[in-house]
Parts: sequence; C-alpha cells; structure tokens
Amino acid sequence: MAEYQNIFTQVQVQGTPEMGMDDTGGRLLAERAGTPFYSKLVGWFGNAQIGPINFGMLGLVSLGSGFMWFFIVGLNMLAQVGWSLPEFLRQLFWLALEPPGPEHGLSMPPLNDGGWYIISSFFLLVAVLAWWARTYQLAASHKMGKHVFWAFGSAIWLFLVLGLFRPILMGSWSEAVPYGIFPHLDWTTAFSIRYGNLYYNPFHCLSIVFLYGSVLLFAMHGATILAVTRYGGDRELEQIVDRGTASERAALFWRWTMGFNATMEGIHRWAWWFAVLTPITGGIGILLTGTVVDNWFIWAQEHHFAPMYDGSYGYEAYGSYEAFIGREE
Amino acid sequence: MFPKWFSKWNRDNPTNIYGPAIAFGVVGSAVFAATILVAWGQPFSTDSLQTGPRGAGMSVPEFEADLAKADPSIAGFLASTSDPVVPQGGEQTAGRARDNVPPGLEDLTVENYDRLLAAMREWTGIPDLFDDPESYQTSVGHVMIGMTRTINEGWDIHVNANKEVGVTCYTCHRGEPVPSDVWFKTGPVTASTEGWSSNQNRVTMQSQYTSLPSDALEKYLLDGERIGVHDLESRVAGVPGEDGYPGIQQAERTYALMNYVSNSLGVNCVFCHNTRAFYDGSQVTPQWATESLGIQMVLELNNDYLVPLQSMYPEDRLGPVHEDAPKLACKTCHKGYQQPLQGTNVIEDWPELATSDAPDYGN
Repeated sequence: MAEYQNIFTQVQVQGTPEMGMDDTGGRLLAERAGTPFYSKLVGWFGNAQIGPINFGMLGLVSLGSGFMWFFIVGLNMLAQVGWSLPEFLRQLFWLALEPPGPEHGLSMPPLNDGGWYIISSFFLLVAVLAWWARTYQLAASHKMGKHVFWAFGSAIWLFLVLGLFRPILMGSWSEAVPYGIFPHLDWTTAFSIRYGNLYYNPFHCLSIVFLYGSVLLFAMHGATILAVTRYGGDRELEQIVDRGTASERAALFWRWTMGFNATMEGIHRWAWWFAVLTPITGGIGILLTGTVVDNWFIWAQEHHFAPMYDGSYGYEAYGSYEAFIGREE
Repeated sequence: MFPKWFSKWNRDNPTNIYGPAIAFGVVGSAVFAATILVAWGQPFSTDSLQTGPRGAGMSVPEFEADLAKADPSIAGFLASTSDPVVPQGGEQTAGRARDNVPPGLEDLTVENYDRLLAAMREWTGIPDLFDDPESYQTSVGHVMIGMTRTINEGWDIHVNANKEVGVTCYTCHRGEPVPSDVWFKTGPVTASTEGWSSNQNRVTMQSQYTSLPSDALEKYLLDGERIGVHDLESRVAGVPGEDGYPGIQQAERTYALMNYVSNSLGVNCVFCHNTRAFYDGSQVTPQWATESLGIQMVLELNNDYLVPLQSMYPEDRLGPVHEDAPKLACKTCHKGYQQPLQGTNVIEDWPELATSDAPDYGN
C-alpha cells in the first residue's frame, strides 16, 4: 500500500502542469496568472500543482479591499498599544477594532470611537461581495451550476445580518461584532446573555442541528466512500450514472444499519442543504434577536418549552460548605 | 561491533521483533499506569458541591487535592488571636492609662486595649501602629476601626449570612500594611481611542485578564450603576443606548464584574445562578442574595470610608493612573475563597471590633 501513504489523496502526479480547458473564447486563459509549479508538501494534502490562478477584476478588487480592511484593523490595534510591536504581539488576542458606542446610533462616529470600524467594514463588505460575484463569474465561465455561489451566499447572509441588517434594524452600529480574537468571542457570549439565553431561540436550535448534522453527514459520506473505494466507489460521478457494486454495497450497508439510505447523487444534496441551512437559520435567529424577541428564555416560557426543575436552589439543600472543604466542627 | 557469529545468526534467523516489542510496550505501559493509579490514587480526582436541582448541571467542582489544603492564612490568624480578658469591674480604662488611644477604644479596659493593639499591629504588619499621632497611618487606622465595626454591625446580614464569622483587620490585611487585591481606577486603557473602545480589550487586573471592559469595578462598585441587562418581558422596544435600553457593551461590562466575583470567591456561575436564565430571581440560589448584599456593602464602604481617605494618603499609596485612593471589592476579603478564611470565626475573640457600643464580653 505504499502508494496510499498520504493524508487524503492518492499518488502525487507531477508532470507537465495542467493548464485546463478554455472553451469561452480565450478569455479564461488570458486572465490566468502565474507560472504553475509543484509542491510535494502541498501534494500530501491535495493536488500538488500550484497555480495558475484566475484573479480577474473581481478577484483583484476583493483582495485589495480585503487588505484595506485587514490593515485598518491591524493599524488600529497597533495604535492602541502605542505603536509598540512587542506589545502588539503580546496583546494581539485581546486587541480589537470596536464598533461605535451606543450613543452614536446609526450616525458616522468620530474616527477614534468607531469611525475606523465603519470604514473598515465598508471595505470588508466590498471584498466579500466581490469574492461572491467572482464565484458566480468563474462558475459561469466553466458552464457549471451555481451551487458554490449560493452556498457562499448563505454564509454572506449571516455575515450581513450580524454586521449590517441587524444593526440597522436596532438603530445602532454598536450592535455589530468587534474585529478581534477574544473580543468577538466576548460579543458572542454577551449577545446570548443580553437577550436572555440564545439557546432558547428556536432558529439557533435549528442552526445547531444543521451544523452538527453537516459534520455527521460529512463523516458518514467520507467514511462510506473511503470504505468502497476498493470497488471503485471513489469515482462517484460514474457511480451516479452507472451504479456498480460500490454503490450497491454502500447503500446496503446503510439500509441494513438504519433502514434507510441516501442515493449516490442525493447524499451530496443532503450535505449541501445541511451546510447551507446552518447560516440561513442562524441568520434568521440573530435577526429576530432584539428586534422581535428581547428575552428568549421568557419567550420560551410563554411558548411552554422551558421546563421547570423540581428541587431546591443553594448548596444548603445538598450538603454543607464545611463538609465540602473538610472543616466540619 | 557484535561478534560475527551473532550477526550471522541474526541474518539466518530473520524475526519480526517490532510486533512483539510494541505489544509488550503497550501492555507493559498499561499495567504500569494501572499499578500507579491503584497504588497512588487518581491525582486529579474532583469533588463537587451541588448548588441546584438535579438536571440543571449546577455544581461547583474542586480538585480534592485543593480541598484537602486549608487556607494557609487561617494559621496566621489563629496565632495572633487571644481570649478576651473579661472585665470584673473597677479596671482602669485605656483612655486614662494609655496615650494616643484611637477614638472609640478609650473605654476598653487596659488589658483588652493592649491585647487589641498588639493584635492590630500584627494583623496590619505595622509594628508602631497608633504610636505617632501625626502619621497618616494613624488617621487612616482611626477610620478603619470604624469601618470594621460598620461591617460587623451594619452588614451582619452579608458577613454573618451563614454563621457568625465577622471580620477583623486581618480579614483584609493578612499581616500586610496594604491589603492585597485592592483596586484603582484604570481607564481609559488606550490613548488613541474614545468611548467604549477605550475601556476594554486590554489585559488588566480589573478585567480579570480578559478582553472585557476594565471599568466594571469602577462603574458597579463605586458609581453604583445598574448591573442587570435583561429585559423582563419577551419583547421590549428600545434602541441601544437610549432610555436605559442596555446594549451588548453593558452586557460585556456586567460579564466582567461577574468574572471578577467568581474569581474572587473561587466559584463558578452556577454557585449563584441557574445559567439558563441568569436574571431570573426565582432560579437563583440563596448565595445570590448574599452576594447582592455584598455588592451594596462594597458600594457603601468604598464611598463612605475609602474614597474620602484620598487626601490622607502619601502619593505612593495612590492609584497609578488617576491618583485615587485604593478601594476594596470582593477579593480584598475573600481572597479566592467562598467564605473568607474558609469561614473561620474571627470575631468571637474580639467583641471590641464587633460593635460601636460597649463590647459584649458575655458577663
């Protein structure tokens, strides 16, 4: 099995770089940049060929705009530690570019109190949307379906809800998420606590279902295909149109295990919808929070799905502090 | 290196030694680990204190190794305390027999005053406490005696919530002139920003080394701002920052305070709250009420006793940023324990500090 000693892929093939087809009148080849080369290291994880890459105008706009966001955030962080690189590295995970304070509402705040945040967010918006358009453009160039475009769109929906739609509905940019490692995690916790526990938000529940479901489906599908690779099951497209023993065995395995099996083609729709519904439902949940519901726990009580527990509160009912620390008189 | 016959024999008798070696190594290590665990016990075993209904996941876990160790400060207190000398009537009073007696202690008997003075000097680590009437330590000390009595008398409901424990100078000072875990105002933490950008995202003691706001102690334990951020109906119209509708920022500041409280007491959220509904008064433990009283107590002590001392202190005792007086909060007494000195009764020997009236010696 020497040829299988890599992480995910098969034998590394290195030869004349594959330039790909160009059936749209030469535009794609013309916009491809960089001389392709091979990397053994990269080959351990995927295709060993690096490049060429098609940036296109949208790609360049996206990268340029994205770097603007990145530098604005970074330079703001650097300014906060007095332009000290050691302090910047030491406090990197704590630092953030914060949205404006609540007192500024939806107005343009001073640069040092959220103004830079608004400017950098604009660049981030342009970068993300340009990259989104690029996924459409490249799919169209290759005469592909637009599945990647729509899937990325579902992630962008959640991104826009967090940073644009919800702050506008709330009437304040202060509701947006800070750009920082720990600070955005603080925001997440504080958001849940502020609105009475997001776990009682049914759309949050759905989002978790689809997230964990995606993980489960991914593992089941990956394992199934790897398990029937010896019968040619890794050639999934062929198996879809011309079912062979690999598909038969994979289907029987799941039908005998749980009474139901997806089809060779349908499993990919299962996976796509689970993945796409994760941010769609999550975004709905966030959008409703503070705009339609302000305390999810009370909302859950009103809708009779927050159970009450029998039993006392306080350790006195279950033991004593003195016994716990071993200092009983 | 090896003799020829050895190498030849090995060549002629090829044997896979790796399989057995790995098997032996794995089984041997497992047996060794199991033996050690059985002989020495599980080093990370934990015990937990249940604090709420089963099913709610409410408990405070601790390592058994930590629980086995008593707070080392307890021994220090026990070494410094002494039984009161019960007055039989007719003793000289301290006010007549001694110089520089702090106000409020003049009527003690000389024996008890000397006993108390010696203990206070040991508790505060100031060997000549009250000797020099000009020293700032004397003036501060006078206020501190009053504060100690206020805590014992006026805040009995917090301090003695579980049983009689009381406080003395030692509860905070622990033998040091400046108690550990006092705090100063620290904001703004950045010079290049304004507003909410300037009070958070820095590693400070006040933020408990998180990126949460560093001004929580100042806002809640000095200015007395409202801590709760929840709406008590499922829908409340409002815009963040207007008419008291709290934003995410207020929630983060509250979270910073709660981090401070839990670290100060060595407990977690569920010591007081059922975390599914932090705000809900019907799902909190009795400790939540004790803690709420503690917050009121800290507010009063900071504003009535400690902040007014600002002008008395020398410069090197003031805060590094705002030159403010040192202030107290939960950790100044609790020092990481659920009850200071793990619930040691420090007041029973010191009726002189328990009340501003005549001490009750039980006679």
